[in-house]
Amino acid sequence: MSGSITYLEAIREAQYDALRNDPAVFLYGQDINTFGGAFKATKNLGKEFPGRVFDSPISEDAMVGLAIGAAIEGARPIVEMQFADFSSIGFNQIVNQAATLYWRTETHCPVTIRLPSGGTAGSGPFHSQSMEAIYAHYPGLVIVTPATVEDAYWMLLDSVALNDPVIYCEHKFLYYHLKSESTGERSLPIGKARIARPGRHATVVTYSAMVHDAIRAAEELQLDGYQIEVVDLRSVKPMDTDTILGSVARTGRLLAVGEAFPWGGVTAEVISRVASEGFHLLDAPPMRLNAKDTPIPYHPNLWKAHRPTVSSIAGALRSLLRY
Amino acid sequence: MRLSRFLEEKLGALYRAGGRIVGGVYLGKGQEAFAAAMGVQLRMGQDIYGPLIRDQAGRLAFGEPVIETLRTYLGAATGPMKGRDGNIHRGRPRDGYMAMISHLGSLLSVVAGALFARRLKGTLGDSIGATSVGDGATSTGAFHEGMNLAAVEKLPLIVSIANNQYAYSTPNTRQYACENLVDRAKGYGVHGEHVDATDLVSCLTAFRGAAARAKAGEGPQIVVGTLLRLAGHGEHDDASYIPDRKRHTHEARDCIDVAAKFAVQQGWVTEEELVRQMEGIRRLVDQTVAKVSKEPVPDPFKENWQALSTSELVEGQNAS
Repeated sequence: MSGSITYLEAIREAQYDALRNDPAVFLYGQDINTFGGAFKATKNLGKEFPGRVFDSPISEDAMVGLAIGAAIEGARPIVEMQFADFSSIGFNQIVNQAATLYWRTETHCPVTIRLPSGGTAGSGPFHSQSMEAIYAHYPGLVIVTPATVEDAYWMLLDSVALNDPVIYCEHKFLYYHLKSESTGERSLPIGKARIARPGRHATVVTYSAMVHDAIRAAEELQLDGYQIEVVDLRSVKPMDTDTILGSVARTGRLLAVGEAFPWGGVTAEVISRVASEGFHLLDAPPMRLNAKDTPIPYHPNLWKAHRPTVSSIAGALRSLLRY
Repeated sequence: MRLSRFLEEKLGALYRAGGRIVGGVYLGKGQEAFAAAMGVQLRMGQDIYGPLIRDQAGRLAFGEPVIETLRTYLGAATGPMKGRDGNIHRGRPRDGYMAMISHLGSLLSVVAGALFARRLKGTLGDSIGATSVGDGATSTGAFHEGMNLAAVEKLPLIVSIANNQYAYSTPNTRQYACENLVDRAKGYGVHGEHVDATDLVSCLTAFRGAAARAKAGEGPQIVVGTLLRLAGHGEHDDASYIPDRKRHTHEARDCIDVAAKFAVQQGWVTEEELVRQMEGIRRLVDQTVAKVSKEPVPDPFKENWQALSTSELVEGQNAS
């Protein structure tokens, strides 16, 4: 893909615009000020917005706690977790403090927590995780999983504008690889899925980086004469059940694909909704494809086999179409 | 302090009578002096307060009306938590009065964050924040992270540590290994003081100093008070794990008796005035209980069941 702005630059751009547009916005995270963040998602922002980009101690619990307290006072903080995996240390503040605040006290909690998510080869068990399902399980949180440069930009701005806590899952694999001409126009709001590729023989419901693998698998199957529809969830919570059911109504076949661990999770939720609300639409048992049920391996040979790939998605689609 | 004690005794009685209070009752008996001494340093509407379990006296001193306690304990729909949360889990965060969650130490960074935001906005002025923990909470990661972060950010935050010697049933010997919890202040690079928390005058002196230093830009202040919890962890707990000998130590003195005796000795108040004051307290609490008892309780059919403030993002089955 050619283009002049990467997924990572779109995230930086969105933060730049959020800081510029609203004095209530500030950034809090490890190494994000002069260093510009481990992935440079905040490069130069500390210089451009002095006194609004803060290096935090390595204290994910307290980082989120501080953001919640600040949000109560009307600020709109963006917290950068250095890796999604480390948000487990801030888990309590996220699910028990931020997520319950509005329900318990009718106080807004406009906190955006950025989670550099998902695998890249060589990152191993603790720098590769996808945490969206864990957070989606808790009431009171919005979970977004942008798959495009445009969504990376607009969904981050939309997240910051929401008066509820948002877990913004940005995929590290897309940081440098994914490019676009520009951040484009605002398209769909948070909560709406997108038909990333239209088709009529089977539906793949997926999100984040797997959208691109699913599209490539769909292109592979096109050579065999199959038109595969790919639905990009965009936000896993809320989940746009209507768009999923509409697609399954067209194709009669469903494959849910996710990079996260297999037990429960987003793909299970997709299957469960379609089975209970759209059973009559299905011509074949719905399928799901996830990572293996082991920690995420370090070596590229193992890593590639651990997560769904273009070929494993294509293989799953072939068995789904054979049924 | 006396209002707090009487109010809590009433809550205990309502709990034991059954039916009126659903869930537990958690009292601060014996901790009134320590809690109130911090509460009186704070100005509602200006300062940030994040109390914990045994801070009824601090909450009253901060300015929470008696009716808020009763509405929360009795689950009235009119209360600050509307029956969605109960007992000690109450507050009005938008007014700088944080509502604790059960996870100990986790409010420390939240109070710090509120101060941080004000400093960023330029509205901090001479506001301070204050939050309480007990000996047990000092063992949590949240306490350590929050304390360290508040120190790094040099926020005007008072952290009170009520060392009541038992975290539920666990004694200090199984909770920490330093000599005195105030020793930790040095590690965080903040000012720390240790007081006899059964003595109101010492508590007031310590917290007044802490508030002044916080306002003067000296960063977080730790005040450790030693005392003994004169009740169970909750009213369901007879605290049989506290040995008898402990109940006759200096720390087991009732801070209210100590303070009342001192005030009479000093000639600030007479025994008769104390009796009259108690009559007023009794009237206030009884009348408020009667009033709250007639108030509506939450109705599941009227509840909006929305965990998000953004209605259009509420998922299908909950959307109205």
